Amino acid sequence: MSDDTLLQSRRKALKCMAYGGAGTLFVLAGGVFTPVDLARASNDKSGIARLGKPLFVQISDTHIGFNKDANPDVNGTLSQSIEIVNAMPEQPALIIHTGDITHLSKPAEFDLAQQLLSGLRTTELHTVPGEHDTTDATVTEYFNRFGKASDNKGYYSFDHAGVHFIALINVLQFKPGGLGTLGSDQLAWVAADLKGRSSSTPIVVFAHMPLWTIYEPWGWGTGDADQLMAQLKRFGSVTVLNGHIHQIVQKVEGNVTFHTARSTAYPQPLPGDGPGPGPLKVASDLLPKMLGVSSVSVVKHPSALALTDTALA
Amino acid sequence: MILTRYLTLRKGASMAVLCLLAGGHAAMAAPPDGAQVVIKDFMFSPNAVTIKAGSKVTWSNKDDEPHTVVSDAGLFRSGAMDTDESFSFTFDKPGTYHFTCSIHPRMVGTITVE
Repeated sequence: MSDDTLLQSRRKALKCMAYGGAGTLFVLAGGVFTPVDLARASNDKSGIARLGKPLFVQISDTHIGFNKDANPDVNGTLSQSIEIVNAMPEQPALIIHTGDITHLSKPAEFDLAQQLLSGLRTTELHTVPGEHDTTDATVTEYFNRFGKASDNKGYYSFDHAGVHFIALINVLQFKPGGLGTLGSDQLAWVAADLKGRSSSTPIVVFAHMPLWTIYEPWGWGTGDADQLMAQLKRFGSVTVLNGHIHQIVQKVEGNVTFHTARSTAYPQPLPGDGPGPGPLKVASDLLPKMLGVSSVSVVKHPSALALTDTALA
Repeated sequence: MILTRYLTLRKGASMAVLCLLAGGHAAMAAPPDGAQVVIKDFMFSPNAVTIKAGSKVTWSNKDDEPHTVVSDAGLFRSGAMDTDESFSFTFDKPGTYHFTCSIHPRMVGTITVE
């Protein structure tokens, strides 16, 4: 994606978010994203009703254990994010965490993260690890707590309300130069998992690192994701959800919508803006606007998924 | 951590004395407390170090972001170093050892052990 396109979509996204305050709604209709201003949407009840009950909420990059200037209270901002979710008029059926649950893979950080996340009214939680979750010597801390769903492989799938969810891990091996990888075993598993499924099944794929190349010099991408996307090409509605970059970037390509979520802990700079993808310190009144969660609803007609990003302020 | 540093200093001091007495190798010897690599702005500085077998290398993280050092050959793995934390490894065998940060694998470096 060229810098120009990236900046443009970010400007568009920012413009929409400035309007409603609490968030912006993007409705997928026939593969084209239509921004719907939340403030106007609140006066249009039938429009909201058409959006349907939130199917799930995506939380990402909670970084429990981080305590530097960019946000000295990541526990507090996670709790605020959880309060937003708990206050939704209809609760999501499930929660997806797209990784970097902890900051340093420490047992105490995992324990605290699990404790805080248990404050969600929705109890069904599905996770994938980020590279911050897999730095311990034996790479077992994450899997001891969250590995059951995938037999400690890191990838698994499940179904809910007719939507097929695929959880992938792309932080265990890195391409030289820094992009994540899925690996041949995982790609073969995906092929077997998708075999025989009707192309009208809505698919949600989630993994920590972006499954398209957003900014290669900072490792914001996955080297073999094109092989994954080739397998998903035949499906009518595919939503790809990632984290890792601590900011919202979206792309629509045919029937596929790509979306990276905000962090609940701290923002990161725009691609290339600084020496690397480290924590970005912003003015304290700006911080809550740059942290948040995403909720995804099934839109009944046409059958597709609509995605809402909600900031803390 | 403090204890380790103290021991290193003592060992280094005696090594320095030996070098002076021997009258040679001063230019090639590692600094008394081992080679230092600073991690700053998502870079290893220096990113190429040459040491004698038996010498120690210490990586220190000065970034706001954690980093790791992981040997490509599986020889060592630091775990996440937070700001101002460091990790040391003593290289006994001559050879060329490539390493990366497992969180930001674009960061790479080499230790050459003679």
